[in-house]
Amino acid sequence: MKQAISINVNGVDHHDEVEPRLLLVHFLRDLLGLTGTHVGCETSICGACTVLLDGLAVKSCTMFAVQANGSNITTIEGLAANGKLHPMQEGFWEKHGLQCGYCTPGMIIAASQLIDRNPDPSRAEIRHGLEGNLCRCTGYQHIVEAVEYAAKKAKA
Amino acid sequence: MSKYVGKRIKRTEDPRLIKGLAHYVDDIRLPDTLHVAFVRSIYAHARIANIDVTEAVKAPGVVAVYTGKDIAEKVGPVPCAAALPDLKVPDYRVLATGKALFVGHPIAAVVATDRYLARDAVDLIAVDYEDLPVVVDVEAAAKGGPVIHEKFGNNIAYTLTSGEGDIDAAMNAADHIIKQRMVHQRLAPIAIEGRGVLARYFPGEEELTLWSSTQIPHLMRTQVALMIGLPENKLRVITPEVGGGFGSKLNVYAEEALLGWISIQLGKPVKWIETRRENLQATIHGRAQVGTVEVGCKNDGTITGLRYNVFADLGAYHQLLTPAIPTLTGLMLSGAYRIPAIQMNVTGVFTNKMSTDAYRGAGRPEATYVVERAMDIVAAELKIDPVEVRRKNFPGKSEFPFHTATGLDYDSGDYEAALDKALDLSGYAKLREEQTKARAAGKLIGIGMSSYVEICALGPSQAMPAGGWESATVRIEPTGKVTVMTGASPHGQGQETSFAQIAADELGVDLNDVTVIHGDTAIVQYGIGTFGSRATAVGGTAVLIAIQKLKEKAAKIAAHMLQSDASSLLFEGGRYSLPAAAAASATGTSDPVVPVGEAPAGALPEPQTEGRSSLTIQEIALAAHIAKELPPDTEPGLSATYFFEPKNFTFPFGTHICVVEIDKETGETKFLRYVAVDDCGKVINPLLVDGQLHGGIVQSIGQALYEEVVYDEQGQLVTGELMDYAIPRASQLPWFELDRTETPSPVNPLGVKGVGEAGTVGATPAIVNAIVDALSPYGVKHLDMPARPEAVWKLIK
Repeated sequence: MKQAISINVNGVDHHDEVEPRLLLVHFLRDLLGLTGTHVGCETSICGACTVLLDGLAVKSCTMFAVQANGSNITTIEGLAANGKLHPMQEGFWEKHGLQCGYCTPGMIIAASQLIDRNPDPSRAEIRHGLEGNLCRCTGYQHIVEAVEYAAKKAKA
Repeated sequence: MSKYVGKRIKRTEDPRLIKGLAHYVDDIRLPDTLHVAFVRSIYAHARIANIDVTEAVKAPGVVAVYTGKDIAEKVGPVPCAAALPDLKVPDYRVLATGKALFVGHPIAAVVATDRYLARDAVDLIAVDYEDLPVVVDVEAAAKGGPVIHEKFGNNIAYTLTSGEGDIDAAMNAADHIIKQRMVHQRLAPIAIEGRGVLARYFPGEEELTLWSSTQIPHLMRTQVALMIGLPENKLRVITPEVGGGFGSKLNVYAEEALLGWISIQLGKPVKWIETRRENLQATIHGRAQVGTVEVGCKNDGTITGLRYNVFADLGAYHQLLTPAIPTLTGLMLSGAYRIPAIQMNVTGVFTNKMSTDAYRGAGRPEATYVVERAMDIVAAELKIDPVEVRRKNFPGKSEFPFHTATGLDYDSGDYEAALDKALDLSGYAKLREEQTKARAAGKLIGIGMSSYVEICALGPSQAMPAGGWESATVRIEPTGKVTVMTGASPHGQGQETSFAQIAADELGVDLNDVTVIHGDTAIVQYGIGTFGSRATAVGGTAVLIAIQKLKEKAAKIAAHMLQSDASSLLFEGGRYSLPAAAAASATGTSDPVVPVGEAPAGALPEPQTEGRSSLTIQEIALAAHIAKELPPDTEPGLSATYFFEPKNFTFPFGTHICVVEIDKETGETKFLRYVAVDDCGKVINPLLVDGQLHGGIVQSIGQALYEEVVYDEQGQLVTGELMDYAIPRASQLPWFELDRTETPSPVNPLGVKGVGEAGTVGATPAIVNAIVDALSPYGVKHLDMPARPEAVWKLIK
């Protein structure tokens, strides 16, 4: 029943045997102990579970771990390089882009892809780019400022 | 003096959150943890004839299955803390016994070794339902129809009349009486982290630890201990990181007690993590009032009286505060105005739905909406500018404390100043000119405003069901580090930072030397929790006064060590100085008492006092712990605890103005401007205050435009996932232009009022007023929320 998978997560190779129905988010959280990726809705609406899969932001609550076989995944825990915060993490801190923090890992991951694709986004583009991520605390304005901060910082 | 208070300090809690290293309930991993999944009613009203668990108990990984019958006598009912005259309180068992009364009502609990297997076994449980007639509509339920709780004979939980002044005389004295029916639709709080519980029983110690995503760890501990018959001092409640609450976690839920009880039965850790579907079915909802407001006014716009007759949809059962929420509406019906007579007649009604309870604002947004919509209707009726109607009825700033006909004494206020600032910032006069031009060009532009007052800092214990104070302990450790323990239970508000700001300033230490601990009943003294915009005004004050107590002692020790007397010492920059020394020395932050890496093994350094003319409070903390050089009869150690009891609520206020454009073809509402001038008293951290306002306003926008919990006629929940329950997204929102006025509250020494709910209280009517204003060329005088494109489009056609 179980299937063998190999997935590289945050630069580390993992070889495991998993049930085909195991969701990617549960593989990350329960098998690898990477609990920074959260589950908020189980239906791909809220984006709290967003991770980068081969550089693309995906919602890990609606993808099976076996579908990620052979891929490279970056979770929030892997975003800071050599102990230095990613500009997006720094932006969220500087601009108060988070309150309860639950949507934050997914939001930061999605936003980091956004500025990778569009290094100089307008406010409207930032808002459009984050439509797949819900935040109930901040009202998004400080998140928009955080992304602007990070975009500027990433270019510098 | 103030180095931190009032500054835009970025949060100390953020690093763990932005790195993904924080721990919410589901992130806590204990070995051998079992997982719980629930069978929940698929009917809104049904007799449970039989529950067949035979297949489920045999299923792989299943450890136990419990039904209502198994635990009926073993776990007490879900508590209701609200006390009202003649209130009917149904017996709310943690698992349904006999009847299921709403979709999502828990019927059985499956415990298995893995969450997938638990969920599998849920599908193997066969429940025989005999469906019963359902009552969903609140007005229908009040009038008759199927009775939900047979022993009460009808669906009315309570009726209550509140208010002061002669309302009939007030109406008779009016030149005009306006009357409007208003619906406050049912909303779901939608914290992005749902609820979750992890319970671990230690059979040897006979102690239970509950990790729960709650806003009220201590109150929950008391209630759960009573429910499961465990001595309260054998129960430890820990709130780890909490992913949003908005009132939905200001409660004691069936699952919290049940998980604790199951862990005791099985002697193992058990965990339940709510799914979003469960969250929409079985976590409290908010609002859900249907009422009619009548306002009497003179020809010049002077309001003579206000009456509000309202049905409150309570749902099937009372959760912790369910019946009390509409009474908060009654308290706030004077709004920002001088209204000589006010009366609210509320009927609390049972329906076959999930309970309503405190959702951000909790009764006050309903009141503000009623009053602020009414002001606009009066303005339209009298053809006066809405600004002038409001201005005419404001109490002047010299009239505070201002007594209202709802029985409150507003602490302080200057409503006209906030209004004028909002008018300036928005360029109101020019906006009206532009609106006239736009209308001539065929565009639907609307300008709406709201001048709100809210009641915060809940509250004096006399007015609260279970204590309205808050507690703090402040301790300076031997190494000079400061530990603050607060009974408040922040879950996103940022009080680890703002309380540290208060402490660091008051003690003259570095912000990074202060740690704020909350949400663990084994560590923190009893507290009330975080809700009702109370944490800073009440809990922050407790921190401040605890520090002042601590400093009285520190000064005595300092005087002894410096061979002076306490009253002649000066305290500045964290340092007690002899007067002469203070004049000569430059003040600044203190050096660490024990520099990192230099601490001698096994012993603390002794404070060096010889030849000193000043000592830091951190050095005094060391001396207080070593206790060799203390004044006679002085207790060793340096800590103080204070329980602060406020004498009154606080009353923040402000004016919001927004401009909308409605698309004639689609009925869609688009924001052109949103201006908010809020007065929440003194501000500890402007960055956090802005964040609270943004978030609150967006939840208001959600109510005004998008959100509604919909049950169909059979009581089926139509909006059962985030696919159907629409909370606002980034792309739907305007850029908020915020400003402030600052009127300190006299109720607490910090002068703070509270800001957590201002946005949800103040914004909704401003938005609806703007939409109605935009549609006024079509003769529209009112529309009910949410103003979905379809509803607006129909009004245009």
